[in-house]
Amino acid sequence: MIRLSIQARQALARLTVPVLIVGSVGLLLLGRAAPAVPERARVALSDGLAPLYSAVEQPFWALRDAAVFLRDAWGMRAENARLRAENERLRHWYDVAMALDAENAELKANLHWVPDPSLSFVTARVVADAGGVYARSVLLAIGPHHRVQRGQIALDASGLVGRVTEVGARSARVLLITDMNSRIPVRLEQSRARAILAGQNGPYPRLLYLPDGVHPAEGERVVTSADASAFPAGLPVGTVHYSAAGVPEIDPAANLERLELVRIFDYGFGGITPPEAPGHMPVAALPEGTAALASSERPF
Amino acid sequence: MDRKPGIRPRPTLWHRLDVASRFLFPGLLTAGVLVLLSAPIGVPGQAQMQPAWALASVYFWSIYRPASMPAWAVFATGLLLDLLAQGPVGLFALILLLVHALAMGNRRVLARQGFFSVWAGFVAVAAGAAALEWAVNAVFAWHWLAPWPGLFEFAVAVGAYPLLASGFIRAHQGRAAPEQA
Repeated sequence: MIRLSIQARQALARLTVPVLIVGSVGLLLLGRAAPAVPERARVALSDGLAPLYSAVEQPFWALRDAAVFLRDAWGMRAENARLRAENERLRHWYDVAMALDAENAELKANLHWVPDPSLSFVTARVVADAGGVYARSVLLAIGPHHRVQRGQIALDASGLVGRVTEVGARSARVLLITDMNSRIPVRLEQSRARAILAGQNGPYPRLLYLPDGVHPAEGERVVTSADASAFPAGLPVGTVHYSAAGVPEIDPAANLERLELVRIFDYGFGGITPPEAPGHMPVAALPEGTAALASSERPF
Repeated sequence: MDRKPGIRPRPTLWHRLDVASRFLFPGLLTAGVLVLLSAPIGVPGQAQMQPAWALASVYFWSIYRPASMPAWAVFATGLLLDLLAQGPVGLFALILLLVHALAMGNRRVLARQGFFSVWAGFVAVAAGAAALEWAVNAVFAWHWLAPWPGLFEFAVAVGAYPLLASGFIRAHQGRAAPEQA
């Protein structure tokens, strides 16, 4: 250890705080200029902490399960009656759905309908609600040999959750549709009007850029649109809900407050790129040079 | 640490480990609880509890045991909090360092006051911290942000302080006291 005079040591000690303050301001600016640097640090930290989170989670899951069991046992009678009534109603809808399914199959057969490709997905457990006060995102634990990539789409049992924004070796982060930086092309199911769904850090993201004269009905279903070629069309997003100020917002279908498991879908190129324009043929017989140019111009 | 005059036997390894663990206790506890609070334990208001915990911890230890909460430890705590949450990296490092500097600058006055004056000081510090966090986030997003999350964070910090401080005071007199090793 270097021996310093008392005065020198006191001067150094007095300098530490200002130097560190300047350092943190520098970090703030660096994060603005090169967002990849803090992102890499975050991914490394999440990768390190993901196993710990999974371990910490176990007793809490046990506690929560016990609480859920107690609550269920308490209200079992009322729940039973409610379920019986709901079952009654669903049985009717089941018949309707079966009839529609048969009709749909018949119509598709008549139209020579090309069936949608079946999709591959991985299911991941949400290990941390890593948002903080001014951001909405969740951290997923994924195995070391995963095929999760940035831009893939996360859904829970009932609707769209968000998009994968960071991928590490053992963890991935999903930006929720309620985050302020989230912008998602959507379509209103009844009026077919397109809009952008913008997160606001609150529970209800807002509908922006609705066409003039379109007034979505309260409770109208909203699904994703394939416009920006980032999402496949038709994923359930939520229902329209008017705020107190009369602004159209979305009540998300996914249970974003209590996410436990999400499915990460790989829509691949076929799923997220728009279909090629009619008449557009693959470049085959062109002289050398032009062919290279043409192929480099194609997006994929 | 050892300022009493007199001759006594060399400290054993165990004794030195004990001193070191007591010395490091505040910093390690702060970091450990931060990591725990980022785990999915499903407590409502968890996102607000993280900054509240860091603010209270840095404020308390900067006043009562500054040797166990040096500036670099404050910086590291802030950086950990920044990386665990999704905000701009460096923001909480800056906020906690300012809290540390304020507490250190006034510790001769604050440490002699009763609990309520120290709490009142914390109310001011937490208000400033929430306002700065809100302002930096708003400037970086270049967008008017609703102030409710910041106000909620402030309320959680102020409300949790007496509870946290009672634990800190016990640790201050026991687990975090190197002179008792």
